[in-house]
Amino acid sequence: MTSPVKSTSALLYLSGVTVSFDGFKALNNLSLLVEPGEMRAIIGPNGAGKTTMMDVITGKTRPDEGEVVFDGQADLTKLDEADIATLGIGRKFQKPTVFENHTVRDNLLLALAGQRSWYRLLLAAPTKAENDRLDEILTVIRMGPQQHMLAARLSHGQKQWLEIGMLLAQDPKLLLVDEPVAGMTDVETETTAAVLREINKSHSVVVVEHDMSFVRALGVKVTVLHEGSMLAEGSLDQVSADPRVVEVYLGR
Amino acid sequence: MIQRFLWRGLDTKLRLFIGLVLLVGIVPPLLNLLMPPGSPFYVPAWMLQLVGKYLCYASLALAVDLVWGYCGILSLGHAAFFALGGYCMGMYLMRQIGSRGVYGNPVLPDFMVFLNYKELPWFWHGFDHFWFAAPMIVIVPSVLALALGWFAFRSRVTGVYLSIITQAMTFALLLAFFRNDMGLGGNNGMTDFKDILGFPVQADGTRATLYFASALALALFLMIAGAVVGSRFGKALTAVRDAESRMRFLGYRVEGYKLFVFVLSAAMAGIAGALYVPQVGIINPSEFSPGNSIEAVLWVAVGGRGTLIGPVIGAFIVNWTKTYLTGALPEVWLFALGGLFVAVTLFLPRGIVGLWGQYKARQERTKRTATA
Repeated sequence: MTSPVKSTSALLYLSGVTVSFDGFKALNNLSLLVEPGEMRAIIGPNGAGKTTMMDVITGKTRPDEGEVVFDGQADLTKLDEADIATLGIGRKFQKPTVFENHTVRDNLLLALAGQRSWYRLLLAAPTKAENDRLDEILTVIRMGPQQHMLAARLSHGQKQWLEIGMLLAQDPKLLLVDEPVAGMTDVETETTAAVLREINKSHSVVVVEHDMSFVRALGVKVTVLHEGSMLAEGSLDQVSADPRVVEVYLGR
Repeated sequence: MIQRFLWRGLDTKLRLFIGLVLLVGIVPPLLNLLMPPGSPFYVPAWMLQLVGKYLCYASLALAVDLVWGYCGILSLGHAAFFALGGYCMGMYLMRQIGSRGVYGNPVLPDFMVFLNYKELPWFWHGFDHFWFAAPMIVIVPSVLALALGWFAFRSRVTGVYLSIITQAMTFALLLAFFRNDMGLGGNNGMTDFKDILGFPVQADGTRATLYFASALALALFLMIAGAVVGSRFGKALTAVRDAESRMRFLGYRVEGYKLFVFVLSAAMAGIAGALYVPQVGIINPSEFSPGNSIEAVLWVAVGGRGTLIGPVIGAFIVNWTKTYLTGALPEVWLFALGGLFVAVTLFLPRGIVGLWGQYKARQERTKRTATA
């Protein structure tokens, strides 16, 4: 931990990160680089360390060793969750938590970057710019027609999209998306891939996912995790041709 | 700007309801003053006093609903804020008696003479002026709410623990106000009021005015609550109620939101209490009893929490039933109260106002299945 933070052009830079829980190494000397504007898919069998990696990036878990640098300067190992969120890393958890008694549009309004103080919100109506931004997000997540519907009445897939929209509304530099298509139908999965590709035009994204057809639909560079370290990296076709990856996925 | 703020939050339904409240505030006192006692349109003074009391209760119910229904803070001590407002008004009214008391002391109220006080306690100074007492009616409950809320919300005390703290607060105040050396009349409290702002409290005109003031206060509170709830603040507030940690995760300082409604609600309760005291003619520590706060919560539950109209309707229905039952079948009232609580929890989770919504949802469903 004594080494000074290296300046790097990467948006997210993990080097030699190790996290152990009671001797079990959830992450073992993991290194990862995400370039600005990139979308990266992280795959790996259960227990490979995908969620722990997300926890380390968002400040929920402190690594025992290693460096985690965001945007070439911020040392994420020394910041807490709120600071990291303010820096511009937004995270979508597996289970969607939307405000069920609010409409889709109000959910996005609550998440919108900007006004948070209670006395300002007492008097402020949404500005033109804010309304335009909401319309924009509604178009990206394809929920314009449902914008006045209560979130409680949405389907599971729609809630996931709303959640992605809320993440987008916070306008982070990097979106961490944890298993967005779990429990979705095939059509919904395809739509989600399209939504994320569109978001990637203006934001960097890291997606953790099990679903191979979804990862194929994303068409981006894939990192395979196994037992807390990087096993392979490359396009989906490259990594799926790698005999070590096949072994990990099909059992030994 | 204030005006725009107040009007923006109001939907048509709430505007109509506020109109109704004002109508209830204007017509009966006029009938009381202008109609001869023999006329079928005459409203007797006891009726004005009774409904005037209900109007104050309705304001208290609205205050409870603002924190419970919209922010999820179940306060079981809101009657304390009501009683504190009432005590401030009581102190003003006591000082207006002057030398007309039984002991004829021009400065000390009767109970102080009786308890051998030599001079007026320090906190009684200023209460002989209405301009001093009036802001105190708002300030005293607000400061208590601010202090309690500051510590509780910052320490992230929520749910049942917060309810217990508020209940303990009102119980502690009950015990404190029972003591004679508090200098606030002990268990007898304060009564025998003579004048308010120079008008005799017993006179028909004064009663009618107090009644009207209670309705006006309720209408104003409905407007303020409507504006708060209808603003972006209100959206954030209900989001805090539904998913507090998610709001923190979005970067909201949840404490500020809770503290603001809690203090606003305490101020409303204080004003309601102050209007209540001259109409019933007495204020004593029993107003702090935990049961009172719980009853106020029940009014909200019966009427419909999380709506603005519900608590007003609930306060009127429950209190009218109480007045009727305690007169006709006194031993039944407590059972009825308990039964009501069970029944509302089981069958009317959204209260009487919620019934309308349930009815409409069912109608829509049958229509949909009929067309399908």
